[in-house]
Amino acid sequence: MPTKIEKDTLSGQNTTGHEWDGVKELNTPLPTWWVYTFYACIAFAVVYCALYPSWPWLTGHTQGLLGYSSRAELRQELSAQTKERSAFVDRIRTASLADIRKDPELFNFAMAGGRSAFQTNCMQCHGAGGGGSTGFPNLVDDDWIWGGSIDQIYATIEHGIRNTDDKSRQSMMPRFGADGLLTGAQVAAVTDYVLSLSGKAKATPEGAKIFEEQCVACHKAGGKGDQELGAPSLSDGIWLYGGSRDAIYRSIFYARNGSMPAWSGRLDEATMKMLAVYVHALGGDR
Amino acid sequence: MVSPARKADMAPPRPPTPEPPPLYAPRTRVYPRAIAGKWRQIKWATLVLLLGLYYAVPWLRWDRGPGAPSQAILIDLDHRRGWFFDVVIWPQEIYFVTGFLILGAFGLFFASSLFGRVWCGFTCPQTVWTDLFMWVERLIEGDRNERMRLDRQPLSAAKAARKTLKHTAWLAIAAATGGAWVFYFVDAPTTLVKIFRGEASMEVYVFAGLFTATTYVLAGWAREQVCTYMCPWPRFQAAMLDEQSLIVTYQKWRGEKRGKHKAGDSWAGRGDCIDCNLCVAVCPTGIDIRDGQQIECIGCGLCIDACTQTMDKVGRPTGLIRWDTLAAQQAKETGAAAVPWRPVRARTLLYAALLSVVAAVMLVVFALRADTELTVQRDRNPNFVRLSNGDIRNSYAVKVLNKRRTPQHVRLEIDGLPSAQLGFVGADVDGSGATATLSVQPDTVGTFRVFVTVPASAAPAGAKPITFTVRDEASGGRASHDAVFVGPGR
Repeated sequence: MPTKIEKDTLSGQNTTGHEWDGVKELNTPLPTWWVYTFYACIAFAVVYCALYPSWPWLTGHTQGLLGYSSRAELRQELSAQTKERSAFVDRIRTASLADIRKDPELFNFAMAGGRSAFQTNCMQCHGAGGGGSTGFPNLVDDDWIWGGSIDQIYATIEHGIRNTDDKSRQSMMPRFGADGLLTGAQVAAVTDYVLSLSGKAKATPEGAKIFEEQCVACHKAGGKGDQELGAPSLSDGIWLYGGSRDAIYRSIFYARNGSMPAWSGRLDEATMKMLAVYVHALGGDR
Repeated sequence: MVSPARKADMAPPRPPTPEPPPLYAPRTRVYPRAIAGKWRQIKWATLVLLLGLYYAVPWLRWDRGPGAPSQAILIDLDHRRGWFFDVVIWPQEIYFVTGFLILGAFGLFFASSLFGRVWCGFTCPQTVWTDLFMWVERLIEGDRNERMRLDRQPLSAAKAARKTLKHTAWLAIAAATGGAWVFYFVDAPTTLVKIFRGEASMEVYVFAGLFTATTYVLAGWAREQVCTYMCPWPRFQAAMLDEQSLIVTYQKWRGEKRGKHKAGDSWAGRGDCIDCNLCVAVCPTGIDIRDGQQIECIGCGLCIDACTQTMDKVGRPTGLIRWDTLAAQQAKETGAAAVPWRPVRARTLLYAALLSVVAAVMLVVFALRADTELTVQRDRNPNFVRLSNGDIRNSYAVKVLNKRRTPQHVRLEIDGLPSAQLGFVGADVDGSGATATLSVQPDTVGTFRVFVTVPASAAPAGAKPITFTVRDEASGGRASHDAVFVGPGR
């Protein structure tokens, strides 16, 4: 392309030397500060590439002279945090659950740590506030299936319920209807009897007799329940699987054997202790 | 194809465009000359007092016993407490800061309506540090003329040495300023040692560095440009001033017609101003006060000192440049009766009243400040639980703030639910049933879980307002918080 650089009389600047249908363009140079900032950025990029991980390889990436990695930094921060907490965590580990409850400092730490662990591990079934839902016990009320003392709660958390853990809480309710132990009519009669325990229906002598034969062994006389066997109280109007006649009929016909995982392999001892303190504070013992 | 020449012919003739005023004005360097006098002395005294306070206050010690900082004034951001001698401010009392800001604003309005830009000229940090930096500059590079000569000279070893010395001194002052700022937020003696050992936190270095840089740049380099271009105050202070405010004025009626004057010449038929230009030479913002009121004028009064010196020398009465009101100025110019200064007028009364009201409100709030505070938050998930005996229970997170430096034992009760039974979770609880005593450690927030249980028959349908109250057993101080109890139904 022919170039003829001219000086523009109005602005005093040179043109680019190109002409398009009579239109010429001024050759306005980039501001000096901009150019130097640009050079500084290039210099920065070169230094950065040398110091930090930057270029991808086929099998990895350049490591950089500083050997920095965000993963290592996170690990460092986490370990620093663990170290900071370790004073409390060690005390939690060595103190008994009763002692933790008595020491205001430990108790507050355990409540905070327990809440956090609860939100991570427990709320999926038991609800964010421990209110439970159908099939998953409410931890805020005073109806405890396997016991509401702090030690019982700890044992339940540690070993779980009806799982493969050696010390898991175990019990099995028979499938009275499905396995043919009772006929449908008999199940219905027991259902009425169970409802009568909380004043919701009239019991029949037949229902009372079957309850005496089949249920009392675990649920005890009057349906008071037995926490040793995880047999819920049937007289307190609190129902894990629903309190309608239909729901209770189905509970007897098909049985209910809910399970909970053992946490001993997944959470450390201190966390489980803090969880026990927290859950106990939700509604334990009362 | 039209040739470029033809095209140029076809274009309409352009009218000549007038040159627009430039949007950019290059800085004219100001070389203020040293001057002695009454106002200069007042300015020095103010400077020593203010800077002395600023640098020394963090070093004041105050014994508060073990477990509390021993710095008299400390804003401890980490632990969220403000320590002011025996007063401890918690974060929720940040409104005191708002109160002081309002007081500061009205104080500024009040002072401006009385004395014009007295804040700018005497007490503004920008003015005070600039004054200090100018003093150092004068010490190292000499006065106005020497400095102007030095700046015109080509770079030489001597010039470089002087400039280096000046900037080193400036940076040292700036570093002391930035460091002192940080000491208001951390313990001064320990942090000072840590800073030099390289053990202080990153925040300390960043903020000390930031304030070092701003001091150095604003007081060393930017100077009057801060007042003229950056500060909003000169722009709206006109609203605080009126014709009765005392400001720095040139008595035009007496000074004009100005001109050089030789000793022995007659003063008849001419003004008292001998055009010595001393008032311009001493001005820290480089203006000529004889041009009248200007936005650049910070009202420092140094031109008054300059003119007084000159008037004394030529044997004319002083006060050609003086503090005066615009109203008096005008009266003198028109030859009307003298207008005395009226400090008491509607504007000043209003500002004084506002100032007193805000101060009174703050005092009352401060006096009624409670050592005990209570907050109650109801658990909403679940809203309520039905217990095995049919009772209805709500759970609440109760927080008791103890602002005292001794433990507090408070009795907690609820109002509005007669049959309610209380249950407590917390290590520091004594009692249950209708009431219990909660113990809260000094300077902490005690957290308790409180269960409120009523028989099914007494449970409200829906939400019922109740009130939690705590009463300090020792002092009788009380605090309450409204909440609701939720029952089934609706």
